[in-house]
Amino acid sequence: MDLFEYQARDLFAKHGVPVLAGEVIDTPEAARAATERLGGKSVVKAQVKVGGRGKAGGVKLAATPDEAVARATDILGMDIKGHTVHKVMIAETAPEIVEEYYVSYLLDRTNRTFLAMASVAGGMDIEEVAATTPEKLAKIPVDANAGVTKEKAQEIVAAAQFPAEVADKVADVLVTLWETFVKEDALLVEVNPLAKVASGDVIALDGKVSLDANAEFRHPEFEELEDKAAANPLEAAAKAKGLNYVKLDGEVGIIGNGAGLVMSTLDVVAYAGEAHGGVKPANFLDIGGGASAAVMANGLEIILGDPDVKSVFVNVFGGITACDEVANGIVQALQLLADRGEDVSKPLVVRLDGNNAELGRKILSDANHPLVQRVDTMDGAADKAAELAAAK
Amino acid sequence: MAIFLNKDSKVIVQGMTGATGMKHTKLMLADGTNIVGGVNPRKAGTTVDVDGTEIPVFGTVAEAMEKTGANVSVLFVPPAFAKSAVVEAIDAEIPLAVVITEGIAVHDSAAFYAYAVEKGNKTRIIGPNCPGLITPGQSNAGIIPGDITKPGRIGLVSKSGTLTYQMMYELRDIGFSSAVGIGGDPVIGTTHIDALAAFEADPDTDLIVMIGEIGGDAEERAADFIKANVTKPVVGYVAGFTAPEGKTMGHAGAIVSGSSGTAQAKKEALEAAGVKVGKTPTETAKLAREILNG
Repeated sequence: MDLFEYQARDLFAKHGVPVLAGEVIDTPEAARAATERLGGKSVVKAQVKVGGRGKAGGVKLAATPDEAVARATDILGMDIKGHTVHKVMIAETAPEIVEEYYVSYLLDRTNRTFLAMASVAGGMDIEEVAATTPEKLAKIPVDANAGVTKEKAQEIVAAAQFPAEVADKVADVLVTLWETFVKEDALLVEVNPLAKVASGDVIALDGKVSLDANAEFRHPEFEELEDKAAANPLEAAAKAKGLNYVKLDGEVGIIGNGAGLVMSTLDVVAYAGEAHGGVKPANFLDIGGGASAAVMANGLEIILGDPDVKSVFVNVFGGITACDEVANGIVQALQLLADRGEDVSKPLVVRLDGNNAELGRKILSDANHPLVQRVDTMDGAADKAAELAAAK
Repeated sequence: MAIFLNKDSKVIVQGMTGATGMKHTKLMLADGTNIVGGVNPRKAGTTVDVDGTEIPVFGTVAEAMEKTGANVSVLFVPPAFAKSAVVEAIDAEIPLAVVITEGIAVHDSAAFYAYAVEKGNKTRIIGPNCPGLITPGQSNAGIIPGDITKPGRIGLVSKSGTLTYQMMYELRDIGFSSAVGIGGDPVIGTTHIDALAAFEADPDTDLIVMIGEIGGDAEERAADFIKANVTKPVVGYVAGFTAPEGKTMGHAGAIVSGSSGTAQAKKEALEAAGVKVGKTPTETAKLAREILNG
């Protein structure tokens, strides 16, 4: 889960990473009082989860409270690379910046450890720095259990060749930033730029934080950090039902069990679609191993509620769960949806394989539901579902 | 022979007395797994009747190993308690810990993986977020259905549970030496490379099927390893060609970030290493069949 800048700023402040004062608002008029609280001038910063907002005109200086209202009026509602600005941060204006640095912690999947990255060439796109002048970006592995002590922080500072006069202050930032990374269960914490200002202090002027959704069990506050306004309504509805769903832009609704099998189903449908006018999968939906009637009904309800969906492909491999249970689940789910008054009018192609497949197929045949077609191979069923979607 | 698990494996279950642990302990027993105990500090000293088999419950992994000679632990411990359970298994130096649990925080899995390395890698971790491994006809440590297929000469390594089952089903008439589900999390204890090396060394394996998916660069590194070290034929499959960038597809590790972790790059890397890569699971099974039938 990626956070907004103001949320990252709040987490930095909580753990002692030096930041500037700021507050988030969602109406232009609120910019006035917020700017007054900062002494009459401010920076108005669009809150979007995408880079390049400065170039897009999403960051503006305001010399007076009136100007802050005007700038907030300009920026709120602005579209930055497809992201609509719903909130702006009214931030303290930065003291004169002397130098800009970069520091971050992230997961290094390749080496199965954490990684500190630091550079004195901050302020710009760090991927650019890494690509063109890799010697300017220090990468130091961090042991998950040893963490970043002051000594470790000094090692990172030395590797990145920070100037002597800021070395100690940057090391302190690295220690507090590590605290943020661990205590908040982050997958990424990044400060860019970490600015050296005229007074000699270093301040985190902008930052990115991405949190680990799997850690929500010990972070009930994660729920409040979620950007519910931006979520696709179908994705939000699926999440509320505890379903693992991702909206895509095609026409064939997909339900399957197991993340890998569902990913594979999307691919197989896309290949099959090439022969049927280029129809594509409309979503990812993994109903998990259990695949009970209730879960199947919830899944079908989400998929059938998607106006883009023209046909549905239910692809289940019976592992621990037997196919007869899954087949009964599908039949009951369709009945349940009809009872709820849902519009069930899109064709379903069902492929059942694995444990008790014969019994499951018989149940579907006996039920003889007018919308349900059985195809017993994955590739064949994908082709049928694509054909039905193309015919609509 | 098989890899990592065989008929002599003595298996304990951490989290056996929970509903999921109980259900799968029954299924593992039915597949012939030699389950010698469970671990639960609150129920230490008791026994649990699993379909007529009395299984003793021990307070710790170390005690279970000392009393039974256990050398494999299968963990069904909920995410919040998984880290301490794995650390306990590492402290006891059990040779193999199979972590089935889904939803473990990355900071926890990174911590227990680092701890295992620090302790000299005496414990091989498989998972987390995996279906475990099976050596058909000998032993089953995890949740892979035992009745899909029979013993045979194909080795299978996969990030995904259901794709493992699908592939075992497609090739059920040929059979498998071992099938290992390594898990779909960003940090896992046993990689494609570890399993490839073990299958290469296993005299009972003639061909290896490797299933990957989007995210990270494990498949690319496996391709390099195959090129340099694997003489047996390898057939591959990669899931997630249609996955959009920046979206997690079910598995916590299945995410394309920028231009890295794409299915296309993985497929190309594998093909460059001489691996035949199927477009669909069925086509992949066909490729394996063709190679085995000469």
